[in-house]
This record gives sequence, structure tokens and C-alpha cells, in this order.
Amino acid sequence: MSELFSKKNKEAFLNPLGSNNPVTVQVLGICSALAVTAQLEPAIVMGISVTVIVAMANVIISLLRKTIPNRIRIIVQLVVVASLVTIVSEILKAFAYDVSVQLSVYIGLIITNCILMGRLEAFAMQNGPWESLLDGIGNGLGYAKILIIVAFFRELLGSGSLFGYQIIPNCAYEAGYVNNGLMLLAPMALVIVGCIIWWQRAHNKDLQEK
Amino acid sequence: MESLISLFVRSIFVDNMIFAFFLGMCSYLAVSKTVKTAVGLGLAVTFVLVVTLPVNYLLQTKVLAVEGILGVDLTFLSFILFIAVIAGIVQLVEMVVEKYAPALYSSLGIFLPLIAVNCAIMGASLFMQQRIGLDATDPKAITGLGSAFVYALGSGIGWFVAIVALAAVREKMAYSNVPAPLRGLGITFIVVGLMAMSFMCFSGLKL
Repeated sequence: MSELFSKKNKEAFLNPLGSNNPVTVQVLGICSALAVTAQLEPAIVMGISVTVIVAMANVIISLLRKTIPNRIRIIVQLVVVASLVTIVSEILKAFAYDVSVQLSVYIGLIITNCILMGRLEAFAMQNGPWESLLDGIGNGLGYAKILIIVAFFRELLGSGSLFGYQIIPNCAYEAGYVNNGLMLLAPMALVIVGCIIWWQRAHNKDLQEK
Repeated sequence: MESLISLFVRSIFVDNMIFAFFLGMCSYLAVSKTVKTAVGLGLAVTFVLVVTLPVNYLLQTKVLAVEGILGVDLTFLSFILFIAVIAGIVQLVEMVVEKYAPALYSSLGIFLPLIAVNCAIMGASLFMQQRIGLDATDPKAITGLGSAFVYALGSGIGWFVAIVALAAVREKMAYSNVPAPLRGLGITFIVVGLMAMSFMCFSGLKL
């Protein structure tokens, strides 16, 4: 049992949450991180979907890693990921139709989310299934964390609500407070991620570029 | 004809892949350090888009849809088929570039095979799938092979313009004094945000 949670495995799980975050440090999976974060609910659904898919794909590829010929590995990885994404997309359509409409093409785009290919290439092709599972969950959660932070600020400042419930009291609006509509538009997502990177690098000097 | 021109201009400026939908961000941020490689990647992406999108359009309308030759609704298979088509064509482009432009091949490095997982390519195919069902009077509608081709070309040029513009800004930025934690990635995000804001002024464009 202690072997299952050795120091190395703990690092595979915890590093992506902090100093090796997939979005802000490895710069993977930016597209969807920016596009689905105008509200908290789709951001959380997206985070969970990606976590599940990365973890499952990591396990499957790591089990197959010795039988995949090197030349066609990208195609094999893509087929595994595409099948998983198809399953998740059908499940969302059946049980959470409204959210799946809001996410529109971005669910399908999980296939081309660089986090998946990045982790499969860099980790699952060299490590066993258990380490790969931990690495997948860690990276998925690290991605979800950034999504939730960005969505929190965008929804709070952009529409004055969280999960669709109004947070800013009516008296504030009567006193002249106005929602910042720019927050709901695409450009501010980029600026917020830029600020998160700024904050993280100001606290962790090792990550700074020369 | 008019609707084709309108679709073309819209897909470059209004529905720009980068500034409106953030598609293809990973390679966009990583390869935009110099104008020269940016031009190379922009051309490669445009080319792959122009080849794959019409193929995927034919697959979607003639094979997967209920009206297709099989007579069964197979649209749930579209993810797997689209990505297989894209990966195959990228492999082809990679071999051609390696043979005829080895300098470009080595400067693009890992990002050439990664065009296969560039969200812009897959995203364009998925948007095309959504737009087939639209009413023909809608300026976004894709009604035939011609408009699918025009949409692919417009999206590709839009991506090309975006990456070359960012690379030019970043080359100039080498001379500016950016705060240490913002250097590199952070300031690039903010620059792209400002560029996206300026592109939003096209959103009222009517043709």
C-alpha cells in the first residue's frame, strides 16, 4: 500500500496543481480554458469532463504502451481520446443538455486539447497505469482549478452572480454600480489568465523567464 | 456570390479563430516568437484547413447524415472520423514539407505534427457541422462545398493574420522593459487580449 503512495506518485499528483500547472506553466489546453469560463457552471462541467478523460486516456494508453508501434502512436492516442470524448459528449447530451448546448463545440475540442496529447506523450507512454492515473487526475484538476478561478472573476464582475445566483445586492445597483460587461467578452479571459500567471510568477521566482 | 464574399470576410475578421473563439492557442503562443516561423506555421495551418474542411464536409453530408448513402444517422461518429482525416492529411503535409523545405521543417519542429491536434483545424470542422443546419439566408450558413471551402480559406487567413501580427508585436517587445514576473507568457496573454479587443470593433460589420 505504501508503494502506491510513494513520494514519486505523490509528486505526479500534486505538482500539476501548483508549480507545474498545465495551463499557466506548461501552457497546454488554453483554448477551452478561455472559451467556457464566462460562467462557473459550464467551467466546472468542463473541468470534470477533462479530468475524467485525461485520467481514463492515460490509463488506457499506459496499458497499451508496450504494444503500440512508435510510428503510429499519435493516431492510436487520437482514436482512444476521440472515443472517450464521444462517450462523454453523449452522456452530457443525455443528462445535462443545457450545459452541453452552452459548451457547444468545446466538448468536441477536448480531443485536440493539448493537455491530453501532452500528458499521453510525456507521461503515459513511459509509466505504469497507476502512476498514469494519478498524473491524469492531477493534471485534470490543475486545469479545472484555473478554469474555476477565471470563471469566478468573470461571472462575479461580469454579471454580478455566481452559479446564476445574484451576489451583488440590488442596493449596489441602485447606488449606481454597473456590471462590467467587458468581462463576459473574449478579450478579458486572456487578460485574467495573464494576471494569474503574473501573480503565480511573482510568488515563485523559479518560473520567471529571463 | 455575394454570400460567399460575406462569409469570407466574416470568417477573417468577425469570427476570427483566435480572437473570437481562442482556437489553436497552444501553438499560437508557442510559435509566435519570430515573424518568420509564424508565417510558416500560419501557411501550414491555412493549407491543412483548406484541404481537410471540404473533405470533412463531404463526409458529414454524404456519409454520416441521415440523407447520406448509408441512410443511417451516424453523426455521433463524427469526432473520430474528423480527427482521423485531419491526422492523415497532416502526416502527408509533414512529409512534403520535410522533403521540399527542410529549413522550415526544422524551425517548426514539434509543432508541425501537432497541427493535427491544433484546435483551429478540428474547431473549424465542428463549426462547419453546426452551420450546415442553419437557414440559407443566415450569413454564417454553409450551404455547399463552395462555401465550406471559402469558410476554410477565410478561417485560415484569419489565423495567419493573427499569428503574424502577434509575432511582430513580440519581436518589438524584446526592446521594452517588462516587469520580471510578466515576462514571456504573461505579457503575451495581455497583448493578445488587447488585440482581441481591437478586433471586436469588426463585430458590427455588415456586408
